[in-house]
Amino acid sequence: MDLVSEERGGDLVVRVEEERIDAAIAVRFKDEMRVRLGGPHPRVILDLSRVDFLDSSGLGAVVAVLKEVGADQSFALAALTGNVEKVFRLTRMDTVFTIFPDVESAFGGVAHAS
Amino acid sequence: MPHEDLVDEARKPLMSRDFAGTPEGVREALGAMRRGLDGLEAGSEEAFSAELVVAEALNNVVEHALAGVGEPRFRLGLSHGGRGIYVEICDGGRPMPDGKPPLGAAPVVPAETEALPEGGFGWFLIRELARELTYERCGGENRLTFRLAICQGEVA
Repeated sequence: MDLVSEERGGDLVVRVEEERIDAAIAVRFKDEMRVRLGGPHPRVILDLSRVDFLDSSGLGAVVAVLKEVGADQSFALAALTGNVEKVFRLTRMDTVFTIFPDVESAFGGVAHAS
Repeated sequence: MPHEDLVDEARKPLMSRDFAGTPEGVREALGAMRRGLDGLEAGSEEAFSAELVVAEALNNVVEHALAGVGEPRFRLGLSHGGRGIYVEICDGGRPMPDGKPPLGAAPVVPAETEALPEGGFGWFLIRELARELTYERCGGENRLTFRLAICQGEVA
């Protein structure tokens, strides 16, 4: 499970360096994200630009991460590829998350939260 | 123009193989599927939908039918007909509860984050993206078949 974290203006950007978030790595993904949410960052942004395949196990893991977010913390997604966006849209989970078109937008204040 | 069903009688086998009934085996099967569909000129969105449905069906086999089974295996078969790609998944695991595949209701989005579902999306996606789904239990085996409405038209 390859996650690259980078601090930016007090926030944490976590880039998933995996092509797939599927049943084979969903549990590890969730566990590693839990560790990253445990830091002092008011906002954690998950950069999904490298992820080309997400199945329902992967989606469930991303939802589980959202549920772990602390009361004084926020969690957002950025840079969904077409395939990943489709899974969020079909399951209506796109209405639950704050989603930025790319990481830059997350720091420019333009989100398309539905 | 021949009748639809007659067109479909000529199905060209693309692959039929056994895989380990594990998440890694599912990855391997999906890789074999991508190679099997290579050259059929599926659009990238179509190809993704196809892979997603098969992934969900195989994940269910591995997580439910084959859970706790010694040396779990499943077989994935694909063939190409005029109305799309025909998928057959067989395993020797436990039968579906009630002998039927789940209906896969649309996910409910609750107002409270804590109440969000972390599962139950799989069958919804299968029902949404697959056509003519059938399930039968035969000789101690589960057999799930469905059609993916991609790569339609004349079979080369």
